Parts: sequence; C-alpha cells; structure tokens
Amino acid sequence: MQSPNPRSPFSWQNLLGDPTRAFGVVSALLLVLLAIAPAKNYFSEWRHYQNGYLRLIRGRGEAVTLQRHFQPGIHQIWHPDLGITDRCTSCHVGLSEASLADVSTQPYGKHPIIPHSLEEFGCVMCHRGQGAATTVEEAHSSTLAWEQPILPARYMESGCGQCHHAGLVSTPQLNQGRELLARYGCVECHVIKLPVGATMKATQDAPSLSHVADKTSREWIYAWLKDPQAYAVSATMPNFQLKEDEIRDISAFLTANSTPLQGDTAPPSGQKIADPSAGAILYGESFCASCHAVQNAAGNLVGGNLGPELTRIGTKVKPEWLRAWIRNPRSYDLKTEMPHYRFNDQQVATLQGFLEAKTDSDLLANVRLEPATPEQIAHGKSLVMEYGCTSCHEIGGLKKPENFAPELTHIGSKPVSQLIFVAGMPHTLPAYIAGKIRQPRSFAAGLKMPQYTFTTAQIDALTTALLAHNERAQTLPPSLMVPASPASHYEPAGKAGRLMADLGCFSCHTIYGRGGDMAPDLTWEGSSVQRKWLEDFFRNPGTLRPSLIRRMPKFNLTEEEIGTLSDYIMTVYQTPEFDRDSMPDSGYPATQVEQGRQLFYSKYACQSCHIVDPNADKGYIGPTLTGVGARLTAAWVYHWLKNPQSLRAGTVEPNRNLSDDDAKALTAFLMMQKGSSKPEAKP
Amino acid sequence: MTRRQPLLSVMVFALALSVCGCARNPVSAARAPAPTAFGVAIVESSGGKQVAAVGTTFPQPLTVEVNDDSGNGVAGAAVTFSGPVGVRFDPPNGLTDSGGQFSTNVTLGAMAGRYQLVASTMSKAQKKIDVKVEEIALDYQRQLGQILDDKYCARCHNPESTPERVSNYDNLEVKPHPFTEGGTLNKLNDADLFAIIDHGGPALNKSALMPPYGFTLSKTEIQALIAYIRTISDPPYQASGMVYAR
Repeated sequence: MQSPNPRSPFSWQNLLGDPTRAFGVVSALLLVLLAIAPAKNYFSEWRHYQNGYLRLIRGRGEAVTLQRHFQPGIHQIWHPDLGITDRCTSCHVGLSEASLADVSTQPYGKHPIIPHSLEEFGCVMCHRGQGAATTVEEAHSSTLAWEQPILPARYMESGCGQCHHAGLVSTPQLNQGRELLARYGCVECHVIKLPVGATMKATQDAPSLSHVADKTSREWIYAWLKDPQAYAVSATMPNFQLKEDEIRDISAFLTANSTPLQGDTAPPSGQKIADPSAGAILYGESFCASCHAVQNAAGNLVGGNLGPELTRIGTKVKPEWLRAWIRNPRSYDLKTEMPHYRFNDQQVATLQGFLEAKTDSDLLANVRLEPATPEQIAHGKSLVMEYGCTSCHEIGGLKKPENFAPELTHIGSKPVSQLIFVAGMPHTLPAYIAGKIRQPRSFAAGLKMPQYTFTTAQIDALTTALLAHNERAQTLPPSLMVPASPASHYEPAGKAGRLMADLGCFSCHTIYGRGGDMAPDLTWEGSSVQRKWLEDFFRNPGTLRPSLIRRMPKFNLTEEEIGTLSDYIMTVYQTPEFDRDSMPDSGYPATQVEQGRQLFYSKYACQSCHIVDPNADKGYIGPTLTGVGARLTAAWVYHWLKNPQSLRAGTVEPNRNLSDDDAKALTAFLMMQKGSSKPEAKP
Repeated sequence: MTRRQPLLSVMVFALALSVCGCARNPVSAARAPAPTAFGVAIVESSGGKQVAAVGTTFPQPLTVEVNDDSGNGVAGAAVTFSGPVGVRFDPPNGLTDSGGQFSTNVTLGAMAGRYQLVASTMSKAQKKIDVKVEEIALDYQRQLGQILDDKYCARCHNPESTPERVSNYDNLEVKPHPFTEGGTLNKLNDADLFAIIDHGGPALNKSALMPPYGFTLSKTEIQALIAYIRTISDPPYQASGMVYAR
C-alpha cells in the first residue's frame, strides 16, 4: 500500500495548511452557511415593510397607541374550512387602524370600511392573490405555479357574490351583472348552477317563432338576422354575424316552418285611422311608453324597456296581425306581459294607424329574396339547430338543446393554464372573461357565440357576476351561504285570477313576492284602500304620485269586471297586522282634527313631501293627499304613520316613531281630506 | 450602515423585477403623435368632478380643449393626460380634433378619494401648459352612501331634476343644502351631521322640513351617508385632526 503523495497539489494540507488552521476555516465556513437561513429571514421583504411601518407611525400623534398594537413577525389569518391562509397582514400592517385613514402609501393604508371584519374572512376571499406567500411578487402577481393574481378593484363585488345570492343594496355592479345574465339570455345556452341547488333562470322569454309568419315578413326576418340593432338599438338579441346565404336560408326555414294561429290576425273591419295627433294622445294616455321605448329625433331612447322598442314597428309587423295584437295580445302570445287593454274599434284603428306610421324605408330597401327552395329550407333548419336558436326561441317542431354551450358554474376559478388567449391580451381570468363577452368570435374561427353590443360598464358588471361563480362559492360551508329568496309562483285563483292575468297586473305590480317593480306592491291593498275609491280608480285612474312618470293605464273595464276585481282585492289582499274596519273613516272631533293639522304643518312638516291644500302646499315626493280621506282606510293611515316600512318594505317615507296620540290626530286630520268631486288635474 | 446595503439591493431587485414584469405586458405607453399646431391655453370642457366606485371607468369621458390666444379651439395640438398611480387613460395622449377638443376615458385606481388628473399640452416655445381636473373614487362605504343619497336625500337636496327623478328642491320653503356645498356643510362636524340625519332638522334648531331618519336608516347607513357627503363636498372637507396627549 502506498500512502497518497504528500506533495500532491490537491491534498488538504497543501490547501489549508496545518490541521488547526483547516479546522478554523471549515468552522467559519459552517458558521456562514448556518447564518444564511436567519439572514434570509432577517432581510425579508415583510420585515422591511414592518420597519417602514414603524418609521411611518413614529411621526404621528397617535404613535404610542399604534406601537402598542403593532406585533412584529409574520401574521396569519387561517380559516381551514374556507381554505384560507392569509399572511397579507404581515406587510399590510395598519389595515385595522382607524387612525390611518388618511395614509395613502401602500401597504400601510387602512382598509376601507366594509360590513365584515378582516379577521372574519381574510383577504384572498375577495381580493384573490396568494395569501400564503410572503413576498410582494408571489402574493400579487401570477406565475406558472401561482395561479391567482390580485383581482382588479373594478371586479371587487364578485367577492360578495360568492356567499350572497340575494341582491344586496350596496353591490350595484354585481346586481346589474346578474340581471344582464338573466335578461340577455346568457343562461339559456350556458348552464350556471347555484350552490343552493337551483340553476340561474332567464328573466325574459324570447318570442316564440312557431307562428312568426303571421306577424312579420320573411324580408324583415332577413334584415333582423343581419343586424338586430339596425332595427332597434335596444334589441336584446345579439348579432350572430351570419353570412348572406345563411340568413337567406334561416329566414326561409322560419317562414316555411311557421303555422297559422287561429285568431291572431284580424281582417281590417273598416279603415285604419291615420290621425297622428289622436294616435299620439292615445299612445300617451295608455302609458305605452312605460314599457315601450321609441327613439326620438336626437337619437335618444324615450320609454321603458319591458316591451320591445317601437321606433320602426311599422316596417316589421303585418297590419292584420297588429290590429289583432292591439285588440288582445293574448290571441297571439298567451304568456305576454302586455295588458289586454279592451280598446274599442276606433281606438284600435287609431293606435294601429299611429304605430304603422313608424317606418324606416331604409331597413328593407335592399332586401330582395327569391322564393325559397326545399334545399334552402332544409339548410335553414340545420343552421337553426347549429346556432342554438331554440335555446331562447320556441320553434315549432324543434327541441331546446341541452348543454348547448359550456357550463359556467365554475368559470370564476378556471385555471389560467386552461384558457386560450388572444394575442395582446393580459393573461388573467378577468381579462379573458371580459374579452369573451366583448368579442367572442375573435378567440378562434368557427365559434358560435354571438356578438353583443354591451358597454364597458355592462361588460365589467357581467365579468363581476361571472367571477363570483367559482369553486369556493360551490364549496362554502352552508352556514355562510345567503341564498336568494325563492322565486314566488303566486297565482290568484278563479275569475279574478284569470282577469288579473289578462290585464297583466303582475307586469308592474308585485303581490306576494311575484311581479314587477314599476308600480306599488299590492299585497295588502285590501287593507289599504276604500272600496269606492278602488272602483273609481279602475274606471278612471287618476294621478296619485305626481313625481312618477309611469302611471296606471285605463283598461276600459266593464262594471262586472270592476266588481270582480274589487271583490277579490278587498277580500284577499288584507294584512294580518290589523283590522281594516277598526277605525272610522270619518266623524273625528274637530279638536283632534285641528291638532292633526298643527302636527302636519309644524311638528312633522309633512308638506315638504305631500300636498293637502293644493293652493299652499307644494310637496312633490309622496302621493297627493287632497283626497286621502276618501282613498285610504283610517286604520291603514294610522298604522302606516306608525311604521311605513312594516307595511311596505323599502318605502321612502321615513319612520317618525310617532306617539299613539300624534298618529291618531294626524289620522283624524288626513281622514277629513275627502277631496273635491271634480277629477284630479293631471300635472 | 451594513443593513442598508442588502435592503437597497432587494429594492433594486424588486425594481428590476417590476421593470421586467412591465416589459412583458404589451400595454406600452403609446408614443404621443407629433403635434401639427400649438395653443396657449388648455381648459377642461367636460367630464370633471365625476363620482364612481374605485377601479371603474367613468360614464362620461374627460374632455379638454386647447385654445389659442383669442379663445378659439386649436386643432392638432398634442394633449397628454397623467394622474396618480393606478389611473388609466384610454387613450393617454393624442391630437385635438377640429374643435380643439380631445377626450379620454378615465379609469380610477383602487384607492378611494379625490384624484387630481393633469391634462397638458406644449406651447410653441415648448413650454408645458396644463389644467388640473378632479375626479372622485368611492370605496364600499361611500358607494353605499351614494345609493342611500339617491334613494332618500337627492329628491330634496339635489336641485337638478332628471327624467326619472323630479327634484322637490324648488317646492321647499327652506332650501336644503346640496351635498356639494362644502362652504356650509364642512362647518358641521360628524356628530352634528349625524344628529340632523338621526333626529331631523329641529335637533340642531334647523327646519322641521328635514325629517328624522333614525328609525328608518341604521347607524351604519347614516355613517355611510356622512362619509359620502364628506367625499363629494366642494371645497374638500378637512377633518380636524385628533388631539393627543404626549
């Protein structure tokens, strides 16, 4: 055996000298290595920010308090049931310090006031980002390993939507997004399951196309399919960007497939009346504009959006169909929200003439269609299936497809690695969703999603609503879920129920949770009004609330119909809170009435919002009270004065917490206001 | 001294990282086009003093006008917008149209409060002329205040009518103060404002036309209203600072 050559240049003695020195060098090296871990910790980013925080509070008046609150080290909010491990408060130190409200340098600012405490849900629940990370980059940005970047502030309300499925007053953007999802038919093609077990439902039914040829011409269908917004700027139907021959064939199929419907067209009995001024008056008197919009000369839409826009209606509908529709809309569409107005023949002819004059000659000017061939019709049918038209529209003989488009239940947590982006687009989920809504066809060739005409604010709202549909929302503990109140399917019974359906009462009024919000809730109407007033109101609805622009139309009801409706309302729609007849409607002592007058005008200054004396009072917010003693029951007035919100939730009139005596005196004064015999003047 | 060195390097590293990060994104600042004309003044023509939730785009674009010395619009002058961190302009710069105007869509950052935006143009002598425009971003609480104001207060306190909401201002014998009227409202402290909303005008010897809302609105809602009123006040509200014993 030969020992290693002591002269070798690589021997340790050569490199490190004598053993003692070598030991020292190795030890020093070990110490340095050991020091790396604590040094990394010592020079960490969060410690740097905590030192910055200490420097910031040192100069402030409340430094002592803030220093007492400050605890060095990594802070963590941990909610294992929510999957939340947030260390954000390690750098964002002053989030809960009320006195730092004026600090705008991040990360030291105070968190804005929200309804939850920061400890309750942590940060990533709403802000996203990587809660467990302890460096700025890893916490806020996205890398391949860290999928969730910080959510831009514009989509912040999506955080609320994960738990709150009922509409919240303070989340207008989220509410708008959900409304758009339901109104624009998004949920007809895309299934969105709610964590409570239901699926999102569309709020607006697209019209049935089974009998479309009775209503309009093939040429109009062609122009409409080409560009729905060219016919009506407010059209909810999106543009499918179809090719010329596709439009030709779809219009051929829809026309050929349409079957005639008994009674949905009316032969012109007598001439239509082309009297623009009389037509405009009748259109105004019938408050058509409460639901239908018309574009004015300046290009602005004037009117509501419950019904379709009527700017070019004369170019669309066939005269015999329009006549039958005005006479009774349910002859064509049983489920329509439009009331059956019971117009007489002259009124029908006048309105028909007025609406038919709303034409646009440019719309159909270049539409020349040859008669359809069977091949074209067959091709049209396959296109209708291919584009999923039956998802929204009922088309005779065709079925609604299931799962036509990708399900969006988990869209808000879709991994970025599964998304295909368009060049030049930020690689984030919100940007992807917004881009898909803005220009769906730009993502690839052959996509079927149509082009909508949403504004930037609407796209942001839709993106916000969609981001709330994510994995976390689906797996929340049930105790945290705030479900929306279940949809009401209230249906009044019998003859009155059929009459109310015919008149479309629920399009504007809500009763037992079902119905529109355009007009007052009628759930307790029977406790509220006097029968004679109700009957008179049906005969000729006067102005109750001068500040509102939407009003009850006159339906030309027969006395029998008025009796049926009044009976039903007075009997059924009564509150269990009090007895309608518990207080007399007149005969109050003069002293009590006088006391009520004093209270009305001085202590409670009710004249700021209401009018009792038309010559002196000007209040314009609440209903006019000149005839309130002939309109409302005394018991209703009394209980309303005591607590308006208990009778109609969300009403604007403030609760004044009146004493019983004050409320009684005011009731006495108001019940003496029986109004004049002449009808109320229109403003 | 030894501690500063690594901190500095960390910061340089972070800066380098963020520069790299920015470079990856294609949102490059579009280079300003060369101006074909020059003005002597720049004024705000519309879109200032708007109020919106943080991070959202204002409904109205911000429009400024470049004028010559007789006050007429100058076409083809270069306008550049700038603002605090987080504010986005779409587009951030460009040339004025034939009327001397240039518009941009403004998206505010994630912090609530008043934003001072600057629109600038170059004079012929390459001197920068600018105009400052203020916009207001609302956080959660102030947005709730805005919603409540719209429902309960604006009908009387806002003299402007809209088609959907007719103002009751002119019908009132004692005129309410519009919430932007900082000159008056800033003199009331939060406790006084709270008392007026809670108990009505008579609580502070003011008109009974102002009803009490303490039984209708919650404490949180009244506080949200006050926060909103303070935010939109003009001139701005300056809270008197706390006094601390040292």
